[in-house]
Amino acid sequence: MSLPLLMFLAFIAATLGITYWAAGRSSGETAFFAAGRRITGWQNGLAISGDYMSAASFLGIAGLIAFYGYDGFMYSVGFLVAYLTVLLVVAEPLRNSGKYTMADVLAYRLQERPVRAWASLSTLTVSTFYMIAQMVGAGALVSLLLAGSGIGYTTAVTGVGVLMIVYVVFGGMLATTWVQIVKAVLLMSGTFLLSVLVLAHFGFDLGELFKAATNITLQSDGAVVTRNFMEPGLYYKPPYGALDLISLGMALIFGTAGLPHILIRFYTVPDAKTARVSVFWAMLLIGAFYIMTTFLGFGAATIVGPDQITANGGTNMSAPLLAQALAGDVFFAFISAVAFATILAVVAGLTISASTSFAHDFYSNVLHHGSERRPGDEVRVARWTAFVVGAVSILIAIGLGPNANVAFLVGLAFAVAASANLPVILFSLYWKRFTTRGAVCGLAAGLLSSVGLILVSPSFMGIDGPEVAESARRLIQAPALYPLKNPGIVSIPLGFLAAVIGSLLSREPSAEHKYYELSVRANTGLGAEKAG
Amino acid sequence: MSAWNQIYSAAPYRHMIKQKKRAVCALTVFFIAYYFALPLLVGYWPELMSRTAWGEANWAYLFAFSQFLMAWAIALIYMRFASRFDKMADDILADAAKSEPDGGGG
Repeated sequence: MSLPLLMFLAFIAATLGITYWAAGRSSGETAFFAAGRRITGWQNGLAISGDYMSAASFLGIAGLIAFYGYDGFMYSVGFLVAYLTVLLVVAEPLRNSGKYTMADVLAYRLQERPVRAWASLSTLTVSTFYMIAQMVGAGALVSLLLAGSGIGYTTAVTGVGVLMIVYVVFGGMLATTWVQIVKAVLLMSGTFLLSVLVLAHFGFDLGELFKAATNITLQSDGAVVTRNFMEPGLYYKPPYGALDLISLGMALIFGTAGLPHILIRFYTVPDAKTARVSVFWAMLLIGAFYIMTTFLGFGAATIVGPDQITANGGTNMSAPLLAQALAGDVFFAFISAVAFATILAVVAGLTISASTSFAHDFYSNVLHHGSERRPGDEVRVARWTAFVVGAVSILIAIGLGPNANVAFLVGLAFAVAASANLPVILFSLYWKRFTTRGAVCGLAAGLLSSVGLILVSPSFMGIDGPEVAESARRLIQAPALYPLKNPGIVSIPLGFLAAVIGSLLSREPSAEHKYYELSVRANTGLGAEKAG
Repeated sequence: MSAWNQIYSAAPYRHMIKQKKRAVCALTVFFIAYYFALPLLVGYWPELMSRTAWGEANWAYLFAFSQFLMAWAIALIYMRFASRFDKMADDILADAAKSEPDGGGG
């Protein structure tokens, strides 16, 4: 049995242990959906980091920097600064006025059924798109990391899917939280060790690392070229590069505060103050991590080299290959296990957010008008939803195959969160004149425009040369109608605008009247859900 | 008038909201301006940002790195503001509980 496989199994055993422990404590609604609201500030800070830093961050950004230098670091910056939006305007009022989902805050003043139905659709869209991206990545990655163990793409995808279903169905939010905490600790220590090794390689002289990064030799379109990786513009190239960077920045800065799987983490703590403290802890960890991505990326570019990485599995393998080059097979196995843990913690968070929203928003409140027929119904429905969501994701990921281009799905999830979710959350909390029609217009416009723009963007449209493999060819072989990779710069203003126009074209005295109640609740914590 | 409305329209609550709005708006405007200056400068003036500034590091890298320090600093400043607002909110709720025996809504 190979060393990486052994470490994977050790992690699986540990997390199944956590799930078994959590299962005994997850009966009852508040326990299942919100871990009893008894998670402490630093624990939730770690869990937020574990929920947020996906394989796309750890392997994807390290790879992007290893191949394109500086431009990859732009993602790192946005991923941290985005938490200021969460901290300043969303975390505390959300904790004070909601119960289990993002839609709770919207439904507080507005008509429950239309608002919850659309919010639930948006949540399911964000979570499943994000999840499919993670699952396809996971399958390709695990089969690469475990090369030689006879574990292929299909087995890897199924394994990841089954594990996430088990965590959520049996362990609920409590197990999900602790899997995320363990993963965050593993990821931080792995990244820290790797960074120290990179710096040691350059004699702990940052200047030497940067100097090496200004002079990277690689193959490009059949020719050998030398590039300066400290310079911007290697990934986001003219003519649309600058606009695309701004569009990406908008999706990150405004999208993070609308990601349902992050928002529901604030319901797991006892009060708004703890929610705030947990964002602060998360920002320290997430910031430290994303600063280190430059050491990983530049380290992989200088010590391993882009061509060597391409020959051994491609961009996503940059960090594991760097570990192997610096400290051999044991460290490679450890970093691989960290990547595996990273994927599992994120998909578990996505599964529980999708199933909570379906059970709480759609089943209980849209279908059954908020009256639970039997106690425990909502939890039962959530467990079944987790099972269905997991099974569907496994099937879609297997159907797409390991070569499918799915990186755009992560960008799409952030764009939908920023264009559909954030405007309506902000307006329900801070704008008295906001109405149900405004919320439905905002959610619909944000959701449809993000998805629509992606469909006509270079991710789906474009003319591929004959060298592109059949499975990786774009769906529509024609010049893209929308030239940017990121829809945010158009879809975010559209989402806000639609919410404003919808509100101004309607009047809802009950919503205006309840604004006072929501304001007092959000700002003082009066009447907020207590720890159970 | 319900207990919620009473709290909402009383002077201490108005005062807290005004202070809070001022602090949050100022911090938000600052961080958004500081953040979007990065893609603007790097996107439209890449040559300028590629000049070396300090040792081997260029302006682009240093400015990107400064975003991390900016984010932490804003978060710290907000945490200090927020503990003041916590105290104001506690006082408001204590007052409301005194004047209204059932604690007002909830």
